[in-house]
Amino acid sequence: MRVLGQTSPLVDWDWIGRNLDQIADRTWQHLSLTAVSVGIGLVISVALAIVALRWRWSYTPITWVTGLLYTIPSLALFALLVPVVGLNATNAVIALTSYTLLIIIRNLVAGIDGVPEAVLEAADGMGYTRRARFWKMEVPLALPVIIAGLRIATVTTVGLVTVTAVLGLGGYGYFILRGLNTFFWTQILVGVVLSVVLATILDIGFLFLQKALSPWARRA
Amino acid sequence: MTTWESVQEFLSEPTTWSGPDSIWARLGEHIWVSVAAVIIAGILVLPLAVWLGHIRHGSGIATALVNIGRAVPSFGILAIAFLVLVQMGAGVGEPWAVLVALVALAAPPMFTNTVAGIQAVQPATIESARGMGLTEREVLTGVELPLSAPLMMEGLRIAFVQVIATATLGALVAWGGLGRYIVDGFAQQDMGKLIVGAVLVGLLAIAAELGLSAMQRATTPRGMRPAR
Repeated sequence: MRVLGQTSPLVDWDWIGRNLDQIADRTWQHLSLTAVSVGIGLVISVALAIVALRWRWSYTPITWVTGLLYTIPSLALFALLVPVVGLNATNAVIALTSYTLLIIIRNLVAGIDGVPEAVLEAADGMGYTRRARFWKMEVPLALPVIIAGLRIATVTTVGLVTVTAVLGLGGYGYFILRGLNTFFWTQILVGVVLSVVLATILDIGFLFLQKALSPWARRA
Repeated sequence: MTTWESVQEFLSEPTTWSGPDSIWARLGEHIWVSVAAVIIAGILVLPLAVWLGHIRHGSGIATALVNIGRAVPSFGILAIAFLVLVQMGAGVGEPWAVLVALVALAAPPMFTNTVAGIQAVQPATIESARGMGLTEREVLTGVELPLSAPLMMEGLRIAFVQVIATATLGALVAWGGLGRYIVDGFAQQDMGKLIVGAVLVGLLAIAAELGLSAMQRATTPRGMRPAR
């Protein structure tokens, strides 16, 4: 047991060596909570963005509601969901998903809106139907902006997953919370560093995806 | 006991309304630390940001700062600030670690939006101001700062809302604030305390967001407001 004020080495490599299994488990938990939340967030956002693009007046209320969800601090949202769904992964996923909506929807709509008018006219002139024009012209051209939104949503979610430690989950956040309770430096540093590393890897992954999916932008 | 009954029970306890664990005390702690963090962050970064914006440099640093800030979890910043300060001799339960972490979180959006806001002022506008005989100082205070006020206020709003949210996590590093109710509510399985704390934190964050959005609109120079 560690006592306050007792000097412990900054990084206890032995502890890390002995706990590689646990680190792997928490990596999987962190990654799956992030992937499920961003995945569901993307599906809901696409549906809402299609509504917003089809019926323009609905965009303001949609951003208003998703903005309100985004403003509620994560710890409070987890707590508010306890009487509704309990203390579990469902709670975490609902809250984490709700934070991705504003970011993804805004970029979906901005991406589609950013397609130049001339491109649309060219597509019309080439005989594209409205549906074909949307999927073959507007969506591919909007992809860089859409993926930029997914990047921000994913990196933000990786950070927020750490807070789900209060629900008994947390991914790497589990190490941070445990380390705080026992004043154990190594555990806290492992939690924070791995969380930053995971966010960075996913960020770079999306960057490559973005480049691969928009080959026309490469020459520019 | 239903959730509603436990909320009523919590609200009927005298300690909820007076003493060190009362709603007023927790709300007060939460607000003073948040306001202090934003003020300190402003004092630390605004002079540099305004200067960098004026000489039109530093947008690269600003972007990098935002990206780094996003990748580091705010809970992690808080935990590290806590351990560093405890190692340096700060007492457990004191607000200093939370304050340091919140300053670190508030600084990037304020810095970035100030640099970006001043750089967004059209070069032609600045040239005309110089052509009219304004000194460099007058260009800054009379043209660049008013025109960048909306973006600077947006930075303040983003920073403050994030600070309010992260101050809630302060209870995880042994500090108070409204997050105390949520963390204690989880630990003691006290549904009333948990829900009251969560509702108060949610309302405070929304109030901060709406209040600062209103200020953002109010600081927009008349000529820049959308025509009605």
